Amino acid sequence: MGNPSDGAPQQGGTVATAGQAGGRFEDPGIPPHRPRLADTDPKAAKRAERQVTALFVISVIGTVVFLISYFAIDLGNDSSIDTIRTQNILLGLSTAFAMLGIGTGIVHWAKALMPDHEVSEARHAVRTEEDRAAAVRIVDDIIEETGIKRRPLIRNTLIGALALAPLPALAVFGDLGPNANDKLRHTMWAPNAQTGKKVRLTRDPDGTPIRASDVTIGSAFHVIPEGLNDLKEGKLNEKAKAVVLLMRLNPEDLNISPGRESWSYNGIVAYSKICTHVGCPVALYEQQTHHLLCPCHQSTFDLTHECQVIFGPASRPLPQLPIEVDSDGYLVATSDFHEPVGPSYWEREYS
Amino acid sequence: MKALSQKRRHPLAVVALLVMGLLLTGVLYSVASTANQAKADSGFTASDVSSGQKLFVANCATCHGMNGQGSASGPSLVGVGAAAADFQVSTGRMPMQMSGPQAQRKPAQFNADQTRQLAAFVASLGAGPTLPDESMLDGKGDATHGGELFRVNCAMCHNAAAAGGALTRGKFAPSLDGVPAQNIYEAMVTGPQNMPVFSDANISPEGKRDIITFLQTIQKQGSPGGADLGSLGPVSEGLFIWVAGLGVIIAFTIWLTSRSS
Repeated sequence: MGNPSDGAPQQGGTVATAGQAGGRFEDPGIPPHRPRLADTDPKAAKRAERQVTALFVISVIGTVVFLISYFAIDLGNDSSIDTIRTQNILLGLSTAFAMLGIGTGIVHWAKALMPDHEVSEARHAVRTEEDRAAAVRIVDDIIEETGIKRRPLIRNTLIGALALAPLPALAVFGDLGPNANDKLRHTMWAPNAQTGKKVRLTRDPDGTPIRASDVTIGSAFHVIPEGLNDLKEGKLNEKAKAVVLLMRLNPEDLNISPGRESWSYNGIVAYSKICTHVGCPVALYEQQTHHLLCPCHQSTFDLTHECQVIFGPASRPLPQLPIEVDSDGYLVATSDFHEPVGPSYWEREYS
Repeated sequence: MKALSQKRRHPLAVVALLVMGLLLTGVLYSVASTANQAKADSGFTASDVSSGQKLFVANCATCHGMNGQGSASGPSLVGVGAAAADFQVSTGRMPMQMSGPQAQRKPAQFNADQTRQLAAFVASLGAGPTLPDESMLDGKGDATHGGELFRVNCAMCHNAAAAGGALTRGKFAPSLDGVPAQNIYEAMVTGPQNMPVFSDANISPEGKRDIITFLQTIQKQGSPGGADLGSLGPVSEGLFIWVAGLGVIIAFTIWLTSRSS
């Protein structure tokens, strides 16, 4: 029956007749070959050829349009959003046609014109004892030829090198630990270590300080620490830890737990904006229900009960920033947050 | 001076002194109170207020009380200001159609004149935010600064493309597409329903003008990336790619494995 993979047509039922000894059923073989339209009708073959050509031409046109729209559309300083949009659409469509033209053309060519003889290949026996013995012999030969048994110096130095090789990884990953831990515990709200000067609450993004009298009932201020805008580097990292939402409620609406009496001022409270679930900014404040909603996973915090979680996957209340008013009437943070802000992490409970 | 000192024993001198003292106190008080209530409205006439009162009694007093003092079914309107009344009435939120998680926008029930009269009456109940100055609504501010303010203060609820978003228990922040500049300004100063107040001490009037300019700019220029699918982020875009994208891939795989005729 010839080489089974040479593409020559085969007769159904002549393959894989082994295993018939049991006589359970007769091998049906592969179905009879059915010629395609293009195999029998020269006109159909010609038509398929033209279709493939047309698809390749579409690809060529797509590439040309891409190049033209990339170079000919000027995106200088005075270009409008409309120009950018036109170019975006042209680039996307032309790339799609350039790629799809080639792909569909090749597939159509293969399906309609290239030979489509069915081929089946008899399955090999899986393994024999001789094969296994041969494989073991090969491994033995390799060990013998490397001479590792005869040259203990090489063997021992190799073992030593392998044992030492993971150490750099240990050093690198070790650096991820304690330092990051400390960084998550401290924010820019801590009073200056030398002068003891307390940090003012300022408006995001302008950095202007906020008077207690500016915060009317029902207001929500988005707050950054004073001096954040002056940072030369690491500004975003500091901002990500220190952002605070400042709100004023009717003082009798607040349920203040013992020890936190001095943390708010006349109903003005400040809470970290970083969700304790996975760190999204919680800033959707409803001024009538006093709910704070996290937009990512719908964790809801009750502002009147010190931001306890009343719904959603967060497991801890939002950290509160203790605030007071300085001699000029501006709001300042009396201390840093009393716990790390944001989501849980490995060493959070150990200091 | 001599004539004055002679007449000080006159029987009517005490009365004259009292009248003068009262006048002085009154003038000083009115000066002081206008300084305190620089926001109290003066643009409304007395007839605006009285027509507004009639409309109020007929349409609003059931819930808000005959004098706007509030009741079990509606809040007090004393001190909410003309801006709040104009916002609620001109967007059709008031009179409220039905109770629910929040009052929703619907076609306004009062024309511009009636809305103005209602605002005049509510403003007369107590000083509050006034109607915004025309110059703050012209949309000729700094759109870049407005965009920054919007992303910090508004985008968490109203979506970065101002398409709106969900809040808790059926409430939502509405889309800002097509909302008139005056309503946007009024919403910021009054904080309607669950929206927080963004007073002039928080975002200055110029900042509000910048925000309005930003909103008008993004409405005018459309989406730079083509079809925005409602600007709702992963919800609509995910649905599109699951249905249309996977559909195309499935169609291609069927075509790839099908026999040519």
